Amino acid sequence: MATQGELQVEIVAADHFVWSGAARVVNARTANGQIGILPGHAPILAILEAGELSVVPVSGERLVVGVDGGFFSVDSNRVVIVADNAKVGGSVTPESA
Amino acid sequence: MGAQIRVYRQKIASTTSTRKIFKAMELIATSRIGKARTRVAAALPYANAITRAVSAVSSQTEIDHPLTTERGQVRRAAVLVMASDRGLAGSYSASALKQAEGLFETLRSEGKEIQAYLIGRKAQVYFDFRSRGYEKVWTGGTDAPEFSTAREVGEALLSTFLKDFEDGGVEEIHVVYTKFRSMVVQEPSIMRLLPLEVVDEDEPQDGELLPLYEYEPEPEQVLDALLPRYIEARIFAAMLQAAASELAARQRAMKSAGDNATELIKKYTRLRNTARQAEITQELSEIVAGADALNAS
Repeated sequence: MATQGELQVEIVAADHFVWSGAARVVNARTANGQIGILPGHAPILAILEAGELSVVPVSGERLVVGVDGGFFSVDSNRVVIVADNAKVGGSVTPESA
Repeated sequence: MGAQIRVYRQKIASTTSTRKIFKAMELIATSRIGKARTRVAAALPYANAITRAVSAVSSQTEIDHPLTTERGQVRRAAVLVMASDRGLAGSYSASALKQAEGLFETLRSEGKEIQAYLIGRKAQVYFDFRSRGYEKVWTGGTDAPEFSTAREVGEALLSTFLKDFEDGGVEEIHVVYTKFRSMVVQEPSIMRLLPLEVVDEDEPQDGELLPLYEYEPEPEQVLDALLPRYIEARIFAAMLQAAASELAARQRAMKSAGDNATELIKKYTRLRNTARQAEITQELSEIVAGADALNAS
């Protein structure tokens, strides 16, 4: 359903907005292990473990975000990642405090 | 007469220097208010996402979570009061405390004991002066709240909430804070934090249905992890609103203080001029009278 082929990703931290954009794949670590979200994934609500999650945007380089806990929800290709402390590492200019 | 002029001059000088302070504080508040409002807006996506998730879990699953279950009998309630650290903000702290006082009254009339948790030095002073007890107080940074403080507050409140009544736990938690409506309207308000009634003021998502989520690991664990965060987010949101309100109140108070000072300076200048004129007139008439007396002799 919805737009085929890409995910709308939003990453928010408690007091600031971290990143948003279209992505192909989101990889995250949950309590049960690694999970990869591709477009068309079933709605899911999961707890994030402390660690890194990565987002592969439609254009641009892979984005790695370090989080220490939080959760994320997926529904109709919309991924909302709510992180306690998100630090953008990797190729994107860090804007987190 | 000479003494009077000097007194007026002194008054003008001192009022001028206090006016400078008022002006400076007004400018500081004005510049910070924009930032405070941006922070209120910046915390919104997080609060919205978390509210959505919590409502999804609690509406789709039949979990009796301690945080959402209404307790049969409420014997003790905790109240978190948010006031400011510093004064010079008009009636900001006073009206928040008045609101709290009203809530205490209602709770007491319902036969509930009260445990107070305070944020802001003014609230602490208010309680100390009346030698009333309070459980815990957080001071510093009410005009620029940190998320870590919200987390501490959340943890403290949660731990008393999860305790049994016999061990000093509470069965209800209320928050008194000042809602930021606009630059001119800030209203002290009360919200019940626990037990939770999941309300989303900001997004009555025009009939959009929440999808049926899968949960990982289990709905219970997800709720366990979500609820404390939800509480922290709500406390933090309230703190940010309170901060914006505080700054707006301070800006307004300082503006009117500055205006009053200008008024006062004007008045004293007039009085000083009159006094000076009177002195000159007197001197003149003394000279004329003296000359007349000499001529007459």
